[in-house]
Amino acid sequence: MSTLLFERSLPRFAAARVVSSFGSGRGAGVGPLRLVERDAPDLPSGGWSRVDPLLSGICGSDLATLDGRSSRYFEDIVSFPFVPGHEVVGLLAEDTTGADGSPLAAGTRVALQPVLGCAARGIVPLCAACQAGQVGNCGQLAFGHIRPGLQTGFCADTGGGWSTTGLVAHTSQLFAVPDGLSDADAVTTEPVACAVHAVLHAGIREGDLVAVVGAGMLGLTVTAALAHLAATGRCPAPRSLLVGAKYSQQQRLAREFGATEALPPDQLARAVRRHSHSLSFGGAAGQTATLSGGADVVIDCVGSAESITQSLGMVRPRGTVALVGMPGKVTIDLAPLWHREVRLAGAYAYGTEAVPAVAAVPAAEAVPATTTRRKKSAAEPAEAAQPREVATFALAFEVVAAMSTGRLVSATYPLTRFEDAVAHAGAAGRRGAVKIAFDITKGHTR
Amino acid sequence: MSRRPGFVLEVDKSTPPTLFWNGEGFTLETLPEGSRVIYAPEPIKALDDPYGAIRHALLHPLGDRDPLPALLHAGMKLTICFDDISLPLPPMDAPDIRQMVIETVLDMAADAGVDDVMLIAALALHRRMTEDELRHALGDRVYDAFAPHGLLTQHDAEDPDNLIHLGQTESGEDIEINKRAATSDLLVYVNINLVAMDGGHKSVATGLASYRSLRHHHNPQTMQHSRSFMDAPASELHSSNWRMGRFIAEAGVKIFQIETTLNTDTFPSSFAFLQKREWEWNLRDRASFAATSTSLKGVPPRFARQIFHSITSPHAMTSVQAGEVEAVHAVTTENVWKQQGVDVQGQTDILTLGLPYICPYNVNSIMNPILVACLGLGYFFNLYRGKPLVRQGGVLILRHPTRPEFHPGHHPSYIDFYEQVLTQTVDPVAIHKQFEESFATDPWYIHLYRTGHAYHGVHPFYMWYWCAHALEHLGRVIIVGGDPKAVRRLGFSPASSLNDALEIASDVVGPSPTLTHLHAPPLMMADVH
Repeated sequence: MSTLLFERSLPRFAAARVVSSFGSGRGAGVGPLRLVERDAPDLPSGGWSRVDPLLSGICGSDLATLDGRSSRYFEDIVSFPFVPGHEVVGLLAEDTTGADGSPLAAGTRVALQPVLGCAARGIVPLCAACQAGQVGNCGQLAFGHIRPGLQTGFCADTGGGWSTTGLVAHTSQLFAVPDGLSDADAVTTEPVACAVHAVLHAGIREGDLVAVVGAGMLGLTVTAALAHLAATGRCPAPRSLLVGAKYSQQQRLAREFGATEALPPDQLARAVRRHSHSLSFGGAAGQTATLSGGADVVIDCVGSAESITQSLGMVRPRGTVALVGMPGKVTIDLAPLWHREVRLAGAYAYGTEAVPAVAAVPAAEAVPATTTRRKKSAAEPAEAAQPREVATFALAFEVVAAMSTGRLVSATYPLTRFEDAVAHAGAAGRRGAVKIAFDITKGHTR
Repeated sequence: MSRRPGFVLEVDKSTPPTLFWNGEGFTLETLPEGSRVIYAPEPIKALDDPYGAIRHALLHPLGDRDPLPALLHAGMKLTICFDDISLPLPPMDAPDIRQMVIETVLDMAADAGVDDVMLIAALALHRRMTEDELRHALGDRVYDAFAPHGLLTQHDAEDPDNLIHLGQTESGEDIEINKRAATSDLLVYVNINLVAMDGGHKSVATGLASYRSLRHHHNPQTMQHSRSFMDAPASELHSSNWRMGRFIAEAGVKIFQIETTLNTDTFPSSFAFLQKREWEWNLRDRASFAATSTSLKGVPPRFARQIFHSITSPHAMTSVQAGEVEAVHAVTTENVWKQQGVDVQGQTDILTLGLPYICPYNVNSIMNPILVACLGLGYFFNLYRGKPLVRQGGVLILRHPTRPEFHPGHHPSYIDFYEQVLTQTVDPVAIHKQFEESFATDPWYIHLYRTGHAYHGVHPFYMWYWCAHALEHLGRVIIVGGDPKAVRRLGFSPASSLNDALEIASDVVGPSPTLTHLHAPPLMMADVH
């Protein structure tokens, strides 16, 4: 029974940081991650069930942790040792109920919504964010009857997806995977949910010019989510969606998902300038040029100093830069943000979203965001456009189905080859991949 | 010794390797036996007294025009327009023809007491010339007399205050041209007719026009039906310009056209081997070739570019004619063909071209991939009369490094065209429909065109449209030695050697194709029978 365990070890942490400076993911072999034999975690209390993972993805935040690049901000909302893996599709080990209150039988395929909010922690009353359904904003992540951990995969008590012994999940974290979705589709639900939340909270308005910086898993799923949600009337449709994508396969996928244009990162600002009919000034001596106008919304799916600087250089005055990629400690010049009154907004995780209550649209009818929005049927009631709260994961399942995001899973590895898997994930774009996942059913007897 | 005409060589066992231009360099290629190589005619003897010839032409105009002095009088408004940096290629040794002609015209104007004289560089949508370039074209005397007083300007196709809409032709073509030129008592236009395409009504109708006017003939449909640009009666581009030119004349704009032709003495003596037939290379030619090729190989491209762009050409004036536009142009075209025409019997399956470092739109600049395509498919492919040198469905093989490099100041919209348009489609018709207007009206490109030295935002589209006839005609385009990614971006096939290219071409033209190499520059035009 194998488990990848991440332990608190400063020497190993330092070694990982040094080795990963030669390339993300290269430090897995010397870092604090080890393959161990370990029993399944105990159920913390009632309302918790065991889940046996089938596939579990490797996320950018996992890589940052393994590389020793994670912000120290997270130190108090993580508990050691923990089993990584928060992008999980698995099988329920016993009967329970799902996050929406419906019964789930043992053997049901579920996608894990990994945030460990008040409900999972047994905290009563729920914090204001959790009461509002915004579990991603829960402020009680260090409290309750389980140890600190912002998500499953960073908490010492819950286990994580990178284990054959399974993990434990609270009712509030369980979403039955719709029939018709493959395991590969389902394992992308969590990142797609992040993308859905980011898109709906970026402040996009009808006819906006939207730019997406980066086309790794986050950038591509943001592109797919925006295209689908706009096409189905869940969010305003931008007039153009421009994506900065470093590698050719990323450019191709971005276009397939609905990008108006997908270009190399150094060309994105030029495309934004052209689409916004702006002038450009500055840019001498290695400085980023600034546009007189720019994109209404820039969604930064990288989170580096360079990407944030680039985003600030191409957003219009009073526009929004949404940070979806996880930033760490960065040094950037905020003068343009101040001078142009730019809104810099974080976008993390999920919960529920207020969206117009339109009927779900079959995948075949969904059209890219930049084309005409789906016309409302005469039969649809007038009040259909009134917003209602929908679980982000429910919307994510729609996007996954409509856009076949399972195709983004480029390779799977058994846990025993974790060093190769992490190295592959760290060099995903360069190696023509997008999402690397562990296949928990591979290479061992369950 | 009398001048030798153009020549078509059939390659046999004894034929030495053939020189191919390759951007900022050249290479020798062994062509298959039976291939044909077309060599340009040797240079016509230059006029002994160019100033005298100019004066004679101005005093003895062709067509329905009085001698120039009779058209000049005190109190009149005189505008002298002249071709821009795109002509001639390479730039000629001083004194430039424009300087010689304009000095003569100005002398006559001064004799007649004309005070209101303005000089205008007829840029159309090309980049503005620098002071150095203007000084080279006009000479210091003219420049210093006019520029400091604001009397030497460059046509601004985006200046609404200095454009005038004269109306529409019977085909609905808008005619909007430079207001100062159109409202002058006399418009003198000074041409350098490097090839048969240049001059005629195109001078004013294109050189002094706005986008609103140019879009009527600079579009894929017109270009596809211009077969070729060098053969005005068969060129829809010229038909449109002729309609416009006649309309301009009927609108009362009085034009005194001056056209000049050049010989094919294109390169200085240190590069004499470039315009010789290889089997006639002497020891010095061989040594020059070896030394130049070897040294260029070790030089970074930007230095090689600097070296080549510093070359000025010794080509000299062979004729000058003045008067009414059409009468003048008929004689000019005849003179151009006299210098450049080569009779060629029959078409070929494969046409090979070595592309040089320069085309009309990268003087003192960088030959970017779009300009490579334009030079190969727009210009050299069209150096024919009758039928294209290569048959319908045949293959064009170009040799050029085709680096994805751009001059950011001269070609800003080219960068975006390359990255944002060609990544989506290479079809000229689709490009025209989907993208042209947004580039043409882009305020940033307009700003750079008007205030910097940038080609207009729509210019890369026009370059691509120049290729439209060839793209429709050819079965495949292969670039030997080009950056593979850039070549593919253009929609062409990359090849690492001529043999590889011939192998690739065999998929289209079979295993035993006929092959013809156009040994240019020096420029020539094939009369294909």
